[in-house]
Order: sequence, then structure tokens, then C-alpha cells
Amino acid sequence: MSSDAMAIRNVEIESRPWVETLHGWLTTVDHKRLGILYILYALFFLVVGGLEATIIRIQLMRPHNDFVSPQVFNRMFTMHGTTMIFFVAIPVLFGFANYLVPLMIGARDMAFPRLNAFSFWLTALGGFLLYFSFLGGSGLYGAGNAPDIGWWAYAPLTSRAFSPGHSSDYWTISLLVAGFGSIGTAINLIATILSMRCPGMKLSRMPLLVWLNLIMAGMVILAISPLTAAQIMLAIDRYLGGHFFDTQSGGSATLWMHFFWIFGHPEVYVLVIPAFAFVSEIIPVFSRKPIFGYPVMVGATVCIGFVSLSVWAHHMFTIGMNSYANSFFAITTMAVGVPTGIKIFNWLGTMWGGRIQFKTPMLFCIAFLFQFLIAGLTGVMLGSAPFNWQLSGSYFVVAHFHYVIVGGILFALFAAFYYWYPKVTGRMLSESLGKLHFWLFLIGFHFTFDVMHVPGLLGMPRRIYTYEPGRGWDTLNFIVTIGAFIQGIAILVFVWNLIVSYWKGDKAGNDPWDAWTLEWSVSSPPPEYNFGSIPVVASRRPLWDLKHPEDPDSSYE
Amino acid sequence: MSAITTPFPGAGSLPYRGKVAMASLIFAESAIFTIFVVAYLFYVGKSLTGPTPQEVLETPIFFTICLLSSSLTVHFAGKSLERGKQGAFLILWSLTILLGGLFLYGTGREWHRLIYEHGLTISTNLFGTTYYSLVGLHAFHVTAGLVMLGIVLMFALAGRVGADQFRRVDVLALYWHFVDAVWVVVFTVVYILGR
Repeated sequence: MSSDAMAIRNVEIESRPWVETLHGWLTTVDHKRLGILYILYALFFLVVGGLEATIIRIQLMRPHNDFVSPQVFNRMFTMHGTTMIFFVAIPVLFGFANYLVPLMIGARDMAFPRLNAFSFWLTALGGFLLYFSFLGGSGLYGAGNAPDIGWWAYAPLTSRAFSPGHSSDYWTISLLVAGFGSIGTAINLIATILSMRCPGMKLSRMPLLVWLNLIMAGMVILAISPLTAAQIMLAIDRYLGGHFFDTQSGGSATLWMHFFWIFGHPEVYVLVIPAFAFVSEIIPVFSRKPIFGYPVMVGATVCIGFVSLSVWAHHMFTIGMNSYANSFFAITTMAVGVPTGIKIFNWLGTMWGGRIQFKTPMLFCIAFLFQFLIAGLTGVMLGSAPFNWQLSGSYFVVAHFHYVIVGGILFALFAAFYYWYPKVTGRMLSESLGKLHFWLFLIGFHFTFDVMHVPGLLGMPRRIYTYEPGRGWDTLNFIVTIGAFIQGIAILVFVWNLIVSYWKGDKAGNDPWDAWTLEWSVSSPPPEYNFGSIPVVASRRPLWDLKHPEDPDSSYE
Repeated sequence: MSAITTPFPGAGSLPYRGKVAMASLIFAESAIFTIFVVAYLFYVGKSLTGPTPQEVLETPIFFTICLLSSSLTVHFAGKSLERGKQGAFLILWSLTILLGGLFLYGTGREWHRLIYEHGLTISTNLFGTTYYSLVGLHAFHVTAGLVMLGIVLMFALAGRVGADQFRRVDVLALYWHFVDAVWVVVFTVVYILGR
């Protein structure tokens, strides 16, 4: 690698007409461009889903509010959940995986570049279909214009009798199409990681981000496929008059719950494992130490992957399973805490004794550690069946999973944005705007989601469009909404930072963080072919070896 | 570290990407089929109205033999191609398509009989819903496989499939074996356990 690859600079391209540029982006099969498309697409839907959350919070700001009608409120929480999971979280994580995995394993592209483009456009079509339901959902029935069935779409809400018109059809088809896209990307990631590594990049030398994305891709295959099957069944019920979830003809509503959560719970880990991946790359670099316990991190993640496949019914304690099922799912749920705890200790072990640099990516990672821990603890609380009977379907659950998804996954994602933005654009994100973003978002997050636990404990059910005054929920809900606005402002600061820094940011150079993985060995942004000559690696930190030839990692392996 | 010159490094030592991808696809498809099989087994005997599987299903022994033996022909077709025996490859490959087509004909005939003689459709009862979904999902995979086998046959007739294409043909054969293996499961569930 050395001089050849390092010498490649971004060649000055003469300006082309915008139609050609657009055509280039629309027809691209380059993993970096597709990664950027995934991320921009997800950011767009992040804003849309965020606006829906804002509408929900304004409606709940005070009792007896009539900002939106109950019907619109139902549509808002359904669209918010569906959008955030399927069209924000999955695409943004796939975007990062797409962009980073080939660069980190020393490959020039994914194993199947055209499949990659196909998968992205399927996902894009899925999001389009979901939002087209606002226009086309009412069909001939005049029966409401967007899905209002909740993001789990429990039967029998999805049956023709309770969901006339086409809104549920758009929901089903949208997730089916996006699911095919996800499976395509997962297959592509696995093939890339197993078959496209550069010489010397043994499995035991892959960066943790690559390892964790390999496990994530495996879980996508095992988790999204059942959802796809369930969506096919729902489509058969709605279009062909099938009876899978039709209780009138002997069908079972509970079966849909099982099928949905067999997807739904592993899905949480599909989202959080890439977040672990970002943290596992960023914490070592800003602690100036190699990751602590690399093999244990891989092993713990594989463990999480396996155990998470057998915990789904902890979402269903209140439907009345027998005591053996309750015990089984309570025990497996708590067992997930063990490998997760191992990971948290490993990150702390990495920071311990390091020369920690409190740059913006590191700040987000540290907040991630605390918040993910708390989210895990409320998870253990909800995992015990008797406690769950009390709190299932309350705002405590809403607070818990938002703590995981916002406090854990979104914070790690922000860290990833600040860390890799220089590689993608060639410019640094503003550090002062970044710190403002961090502190605003941190304060807003804790205002909203710490406080939200309390009305849940006091018995406030989720998905209600309003509530009676004087139950002790009023002030709490008001604070939650204020927090949501602070988070909204923080997101605006972030988006402003992304836009301004693209033109005004400091030049990044190849390796602004003095990092150790292969993506930092090429120019920023990387050339289309990634590596002028394919690198050869001899350790887990190839750039350390390059920078410290007197004391390379390879001599300790 | 030094630059190396091979354009496709590791091509020898790392697994073939086509095979890895097909194996991953097979895992994904297995998960989909598992859900359909679970639904089928869950609903056995729960239909509120007839007809029931005991009354109307006939075991398709001959067509099952057709499909399972097509796994053998596709395997030996691949072997022939690897050894450069174009003629044997063409014959065995066409035979695979023929056997797969026969199986599809069998499914079609059975569905025709069930619909027109017994009035069983996908909306009749739970048995109809689960039966047509599961068998139909499998038949869809057979159809997709036949289309892909057919494309390879066209290229082969045009003289474009040589021994150098062996690995690609092998990936397709892997898919076909999977379709056959799924039929073993579907057959067991629908025609043995389900009755």
C-alpha cells in the first residue's frame, strides 16, 4: 500500500452540466455514492419522522388539546414509528455499512455493485409507497388516507372490516418492498466481507465495524425474512380473501403478534449492533488505545445475535402465555444483558488509562455509554414478566425504547457523522457547532425521555390522543414536549452544520483523527476506485504499522 | 507492507462471492418458508368448514420423484460442464428443465382438481389459505428456478456456456437443490403430518 495508495489525490474534474451529474447519481453503482444516497434519504425521512413526532408531542402538551383529531393522531404515531424504523434507522445504517465496509477491508467495491443499487432503489420505492398513502390511501371508501394501525399493525386492525380503503395495503406493500431491499443489501454485505478482503485481512484482523456489520447482515437475513413472510400473508388476507389472521374463520390474531415480534425484536439488535460498531471504532481512536478485548467483543456480539432470536415474546407477556413461556422469555431477555454488559466494560476498558480527547464524536460516544446502560436497565425491568404486566402498553415502554433508539443508536450515529464526515466530504464539521448540537440534544433528550418514564409509571397508556387533567400527568407531559422542541433545535443545528461545513469547513486531509483503519489511508473523499493498488495488511491496525514502522502491531500478533 | 500486483487479490483463498451470496439467500428463503410452515402446522385441523386435507389431498408421488431426480440431473450437468462435456451438459440441463416443468404441471393439475372438483380456493377455509400459500410459494420458487435454468439453456444453445462458466452454473444448481430440499419439507408437512 504505502506510497502508491497514499499518493492518490482527488483529481480535479471539469464541471459538467447538472443533468449529467444527476444522471450519474441516479445510475451509480459505486458503493460510496450509494452509501451517501442511503444516508441522505434517511436524513430526509428523519426530518419527516421528526415532524410527525413534533405533532404528537404538541397534541399531548396539555390535557384536552385539540391540535389534531384522534384520527390524525393515530396516523401520526403509525407513520412516525414505521418511518423511523424502516426508512431512517435501517437506511442510514446500511448507508454507513455500504460506504465503510469496502474501504475498511481494502476492496474496490461491494461484491455485487448492481445488486447494491437495486437494493437501494427498492428501499427508496418502499418509502415512496408509504408516503404515497397520504394521496392514494383512501381509495374509493373515503376511509382515511394514511395507515393508522400502529407500527405493529396488530390483527384484526389490518382486516378489511377495520381498515377499509388502501392505507394498510400501502403499509404492507411498502414494508415488503423495502424488506426485499434490506435482504439484498444484507446478502451483499456478507458476500463482500467474506469474499472481497484484501491480502492479509484475515477475519481476526478485520476492524470491529466490519465484524459487527457482518453479524448485523446475518441478523437482517434471519429477522427481515419472517417479516416479509408475514407481509405476504397479510397481503393474501387483504387481497385474496385469505384467513391467516381472520379470527372470524378460525385464524389467529396472536400468530401475527408472534410473526411480527420474531422480526421486531431481532430488529432492535439489527439497529443497535451497527451503533456498537461505530462506538467500537471511535472510542479507541479518541482514547489513543487499541480496542480492549477484541475477540471478546466479537464473541459477545455473536452471542447477542443468537440470544436475541429467542426473546421476541417478551413483547407479548400481556396476551396471557403459560408460565413456562413467560419464564423462558423473561430469562432469555435478561440473558441478553450479559454479553451487552461485557461490551460496555470493554469500551470502558478501552478508555481506562487512555489519553482521552473530548472531540464531538467522543462526546456522543460517552453519552451513548451512559444512556445505553440506562436503557438496558429499564429493559431488564420490563423483561420480568410480572412487572411487565403492570407497565406494558404504558409510556414507560415508550420511554424505554426511545432511550435505546435515541439515547443509544442515534447518539452513536451522530458520533459516526462527526467522525466520518471528513472522509466523505473532505471537510471537517464545525467543532463549535458540533458541541452546541451535542449539549442541546443531550439536554433535550433527557428532558423528554427521562421524564417520560414517570407518566408511564403513573399509568398513562401509549397511543392515547389526549387525557383528563388532574391525573398528575399534565406538567410531566409539558416538560416532555419542551424537551422534544430542544431536540428539534439541536437537529436543526446539526443539519446546518452538515450544510455549512460542506463549503466552509476546514480541509480534512486523509487522516484528520490520526486513526488506524484503512479508510483513512486514501484521500478524502476517496477516489472512485478506492485503492490505487490493493493494500496488504499485517495487523488489526494497518495505519499504525505504517506510521510506526519501529513498533508495528504486527510484531505482537 | 508493500503493494502487490494481482488485480483480484485473494481470489484463490477466499470463498467465491456467488456461492456466499446464494448461501445467504438460501438462509433468507429458509426463514420465509419456516414462517409459512409454522403457519400451516399451527392451523392444521383448525378450519371451521370443509373440505379438509383428509378428504381432498392426494399424495403426488410421481411428480415428487420428478422434482427430486432433477436435483441429480442438475448436479451431473454441472459436473459435465466442469469436465468440458458440452453435449452431456446440454442434455442433462434440458432434462432438469423438463423434470421441473413436469412437477409444475403436477401442481397445476392438483390445483385444478381441488378448485373445480372440491371447490377449495384460497378463501374457502384455513386449510385452503395455508395450503395454497405454502405450496404456491414453493411453486413460485420452482418457476423462478425454471426461468433462470431456461436463460442458461438459451445461452448454452448459443454456445456461450463453457467450462469457464462452471462456477456460475454451480451457484444456480445450489438454488435448485434448495428448491428440491424445500419440497421435501413441504411434502412432509402437507401430505404426511397435515393429514
